[in-house]
Amino acid sequence: MRIAEWPKKSELERRMAGRDLTSNLSRIYGVYTVGFAIFVMFLAILEQVGVPDTVIGYLFVFFTIAVYAGIGILSRTMMVSEYYVAGRRIPAFFNGMATAADWISAASFIGMAGTLYALGYDGLAFVLGWTGGYVLVAVLIAPYLRKFGAYTVPDFLGARYGGGFARTIGIFILFCASFTYIVAQVTGTGVIASRFLGIPFEVAVFVGLIGILLCSMLGGMRAVTWTQVAQYIVLIIAYLIPVVLLSAQRTGIPVPQLMYGEVLQDITALEMAHAVPGGYLEGARSHTQPFVHYDPLNFFALAACLMIGTASLPHVLMRYFTTPSVREARKSVAWTLLFVFILYFTAPAYAAFAKLEIYSNVLGTDISTLDAAEHLPEWVFVYGKLNLVHVCGVHPATPQELFEACQAAGVGDIIRFADFAIDDDVVVIATPEIAGLPYVIAGLVAAGGLAAALSTADGLLLAIANALSHDIYYRMIDPKASTQRRLIVARALLIVVAILAAIAAGTQPAGILSMVAWAFSIAASGLFPALIMGVWWKRTTSAGAVMGMIAGTGVCLVYLIVSRYFPEYGVETLGMTTIDGPEVVANNVGWFGVRNISAGLFGIPVAFVVTWLVSLVTPAPSKEMQDFVDAIRVPRGETLA
Amino acid sequence: MDGSQPITPETAARHWGLSRRLMLTTLTLWLLGGLGIHVFVEPLNEMVFLGFPLGFFAAAQGSLIIFLILIFWFAHRQNRIDEDCGVAEEE
Repeated sequence: MRIAEWPKKSELERRMAGRDLTSNLSRIYGVYTVGFAIFVMFLAILEQVGVPDTVIGYLFVFFTIAVYAGIGILSRTMMVSEYYVAGRRIPAFFNGMATAADWISAASFIGMAGTLYALGYDGLAFVLGWTGGYVLVAVLIAPYLRKFGAYTVPDFLGARYGGGFARTIGIFILFCASFTYIVAQVTGTGVIASRFLGIPFEVAVFVGLIGILLCSMLGGMRAVTWTQVAQYIVLIIAYLIPVVLLSAQRTGIPVPQLMYGEVLQDITALEMAHAVPGGYLEGARSHTQPFVHYDPLNFFALAACLMIGTASLPHVLMRYFTTPSVREARKSVAWTLLFVFILYFTAPAYAAFAKLEIYSNVLGTDISTLDAAEHLPEWVFVYGKLNLVHVCGVHPATPQELFEACQAAGVGDIIRFADFAIDDDVVVIATPEIAGLPYVIAGLVAAGGLAAALSTADGLLLAIANALSHDIYYRMIDPKASTQRRLIVARALLIVVAILAAIAAGTQPAGILSMVAWAFSIAASGLFPALIMGVWWKRTTSAGAVMGMIAGTGVCLVYLIVSRYFPEYGVETLGMTTIDGPEVVANNVGWFGVRNISAGLFGIPVAFVVTWLVSLVTPAPSKEMQDFVDAIRVPRGETLA
Repeated sequence: MDGSQPITPETAARHWGLSRRLMLTTLTLWLLGGLGIHVFVEPLNEMVFLGFPLGFFAAAQGSLIIFLILIFWFAHRQNRIDEDCGVAEEE
């Protein structure tokens, strides 16, 4: 009896140790958060005593990057399991935070609210798609991959579907999806750095790259995890503060997520009164009315593709390999959703407040004289100077410029809806100025946007470099490589991929945001069926999965490439039709009117059907493979990798 | 390593049956609460909730809250199933 009590005691001790780690971490990040708040207040005081805005901007960017780099250097490691999966010791709560930072990209942080501003209700497909996918991650995939004990997603494909070929296709899909995505992040870093620091874009990309590498190179997953937690704290504070203050100012209650209902009513009232022929909002589409920009098919297809893509993106899935247990992996997905929820729940409020400001204080205001034009809100000119606000065909830096352009264009006494446009990015970054807040808050938003871009870039870079070093180099080229050699190869590849991404970003490829949506469709069509059927249907054979992955990715890529680059070919040969109007041009053709950002709508079902049919006609997987699947399905027991 | 009973095929089958049922329940709720309700956005928009047109609220806030509750509920239930079948990890 006494002997039987021994393991219990050590179990208790282990639990205590786990709790100690969590409470230690809470203390460390608590101190960090307070420290960050003091730093912001200190900069606010500096601003009050007359330190110039540029200096404040520099201090924000360099101080935060220095902190991330410091964490990265402190977390350096020479152990393989620390490098690839942070020693599988990250508690669910903190892994949730790190995954949220991994997830929230520059596009979500800066662009999401702008998309909602432009698309109104229809933009909510993005909000739904980028949150709902986590339910699939928790229910269908993450706990099982954690039990398997993979280092990378292709690792699982290789083990379940008999080796090299499945692994290689997995790597190819991972690379297609992650690389398009990382280019967008490096570009985002460059845009933020150039906008707030006034340094040239190419140099800014280089600076951002160094920041990314400092975080991830020495410590791999371990370093990335702890910097991502730090980055999440910065980005969520930076996202919430401006809109909370704006809400308090405009409605008296600092809860924008609840208060913007009123704002929506005001917007609707303005639309009813003025979005009529001859009114100053003529041509504006209703903010709350559904299916004005996307028809229902495209709305639901987009939401579904983004959800399924979420559950297939390797840089997200690999974060759940770092938890101490299957149970923690599951809880960790739930925490992740809570942390990303905070941002997506707030984004529509940003859009509504910005729209009301523009509809009531910019559009319809008197500009018949220069004197009157000078009463326009100052932010119009602040962002006009940065080429982000367009009025009467110019980017006005001064009221005079605006006045003259509008006179020359014969616009008349007021600015109408058709005369005015803003860049999507402005909605979030201009909110501090719209609310008339001090510059320090604008600097805070820049630091937040940078944290969002850096943390996502880190995660993606690590996903690609790990797949190359672990899956290709170690598993396929040199399985006898020493630990040290493997880690050196991993770091070298990290740098190579980072430089390639920076070069690609330096060329500023167009349409980078739709490329992000493409990445979701590619990952969903290629990986989702193979991953979930491998766990949920024992009969799935290697041939079935491999054919399914090839067919899904193939259909998806063909649909993307044809509709983007060869619309005539699509119409003449593949039976596509035009979507908006009769012009046969890029991004305006498709089957059944489905836009190419939802290409997964074709790729995913094809992959499922092919996997299923081919599995049925090929011999069932071996007894060992069936036992392997059984072992993955129960949490208890050793990992299998 | 673990001193407890090995998992019998019967236990494994029972555990997987329960897990599969929970999966189907969760995904059904997910489909209805995350996508299904938005089919009715137009009639819902006729109603006002906390100052929001209800259809808009459902997509901007409602579904997100449903996802959040659903995922924590699922994690809790699945952990219970693992424990009841005796296949949970010993921490």
